[in-house]
Amino acid sequence: MNDQDIKLAFPKCARLASKPHKFCPGCGHPEVLKALGFAIDELGLQKKTAFGVDIGCSLLAWNYFNLDSIETHHGRTIPTMVGFKKANPDAICVAYVGDGGAYAIGAGHFLNAAIRNENITVIVVNNAVYAMTGGQEAPTTLPGMKVATAPCGADQYYMHAPELVRNVNPTAFVARGITTIQVGLRKMIKEAIQHQLDGKGFSFVEVLSQCPLNWKTMDKPQATFDFLEKEMAKTYPVKYY
Amino acid sequence: MSSSLSFCLSVTLNPTMSEKMFIIGNEALGRAARAAGARAFYGYPITPTSEVAHYWAKQACSEKGVKDKLVFLQAEDETGAGFMLIGGVLAGTRSFTATAGPGHVLMQDAFAMAEAMRVPVVAYINQRGGPSTSTVIYSQQEVNLACYGGNGNGYRVVYSLATLQEMYDYGIKVFNTAWKYRFPTFLLGDGYLGKMMGEVEVYAPEERGIKMEPTEAYMLERNRTRPMAEIMPEPNYQLRSVDGVDYDCYRNCLNMEEQAMAVNTEIKAAFDLVAPEIIEYEEYGDQDADDLIVAHGIVSAAAKVAIDDLAKRGVKSRLFRPITLRPFPVEELRRAAKTAERIIVPESADNQLARIIKDALCGHIQAPIVEYGRPCASILPREIADLVTSKK
Repeated sequence: MNDQDIKLAFPKCARLASKPHKFCPGCGHPEVLKALGFAIDELGLQKKTAFGVDIGCSLLAWNYFNLDSIETHHGRTIPTMVGFKKANPDAICVAYVGDGGAYAIGAGHFLNAAIRNENITVIVVNNAVYAMTGGQEAPTTLPGMKVATAPCGADQYYMHAPELVRNVNPTAFVARGITTIQVGLRKMIKEAIQHQLDGKGFSFVEVLSQCPLNWKTMDKPQATFDFLEKEMAKTYPVKYY
Repeated sequence: MSSSLSFCLSVTLNPTMSEKMFIIGNEALGRAARAAGARAFYGYPITPTSEVAHYWAKQACSEKGVKDKLVFLQAEDETGAGFMLIGGVLAGTRSFTATAGPGHVLMQDAFAMAEAMRVPVVAYINQRGGPSTSTVIYSQQEVNLACYGGNGNGYRVVYSLATLQEMYDYGIKVFNTAWKYRFPTFLLGDGYLGKMMGEVEVYAPEERGIKMEPTEAYMLERNRTRPMAEIMPEPNYQLRSVDGVDYDCYRNCLNMEEQAMAVNTEIKAAFDLVAPEIIEYEEYGDQDADDLIVAHGIVSAAAKVAIDDLAKRGVKSRLFRPITLRPFPVEELRRAAKTAERIIVPESADNQLARIIKDALCGHIQAPIVEYGRPCASILPREIADLVTSKK
């Protein structure tokens, strides 16, 4: 690929100097970020976006874009963006969080931001594990899945976040996408940000994403995508809510 | 206590000049923030500080408050409120919170980030009993937490207040300290001060020649006058310029020990540089007295009464009151303590102020230090007078 090809392959708001990215080989995060970047480009919002990134693998997104960006604490990106939006309603506030950050340590912030219909966009990457810290059990780990803190298999309970948000907020934009359907994911994220632009309140996209490292499928790409598209998508339906 | 907000006797001296009001301390804090031009409050209800939120909520939904685009947001918890506060400050809005006790514990999560990233958050903190939930009104047990909470090295400014009028005066000042020096800045009061009703002179800052510091946004600021690189620790910040547009990018997760040390070193250098400008203290009583009382906050007010009572009985004593607990007036205390034959430290905590004093005076004095720790309990002037007149 020449420089021009590389440029065309990335969103305009992406920071090419930081490529290749720092995520693990095969990680789904860059796919989610690309979709987000193209959505921001298409809406012409690069100069208006305040991009908040959580701790966990999502923190590496700090380096991905040329956007005004803030890295916060684990689980605290949603309230930081809520506070920012209240103080500057003209900003487009995007909170980029992992499933541990949004659904465990930051669950109170996530749920209450949804209940209050805060006019921000939350993108949660669901890869069924805590990835950065070494593959521990998350609220999204599938029943029976063997992970570092559940070596005998994860328990039977897991979180259906889009379903939960829809339950507490009838007007929010809620959708679940998947990294392997890029066009659909980009459309979902664009619609979520448009929802914020229109001042309609909370918009939320959960994205099913692969983690070959912690799924222990680094050398088995077919197994990675089988798990993502067959197992995860079965438990977590990809659709608008 | 919310009813006390409506029970407000005010005497207007002149509509364009200052005004004396009969109000509780928490209302004085709320009025101070409004006078200072604060626009956003993020908080969570907790006794004995809730009336600050009540005041701001009323302001925000008033006709004038709507016109001024005031923000009032009751968060899901204090952790959320602390990070919302950071968000408000990053957006360039003079923002604040008010909390106490267990809420203060939770907010230290956000305050640690503010300390790392030079974010000028402002918090009014009324100390209540501790540890744990404890009592809801009074203690001086949040000195350690306010000065050294979080996982940093205590680079924040902490004012300890003694009177209702100071709740108002420093309630304004705290915003200028925060935005001028870019450190988390806290007012440390207590439930007695917060709930006490008394006369407070309220005024607009400009009437006293006080100019409010500008509040430039950390993000989405397209007309920046002060480069963020002057303020932020180098490893935490990147300015990305593309097609004539500057994007401000901040992080606090670092890869290398050297980077983390650089952040701490830079923050310390910035703090040490401005500390002499920030430090405040007060001395009271007969400066020739052998007995030196060192007390802060409302206990220092009790000490003043004790000193006056003792003087009437012909007993000399004096007070050194640190107004800033961080940065602490170390040199000034050493000077005052040099001529003392005994140092008496009354505090409504166990070894919180005393530890700071011993740290400051270690190796500098021979005089004994008498600690009078009454954790969570008030200290009356009579008790302090008895300490002075007790056998040495």
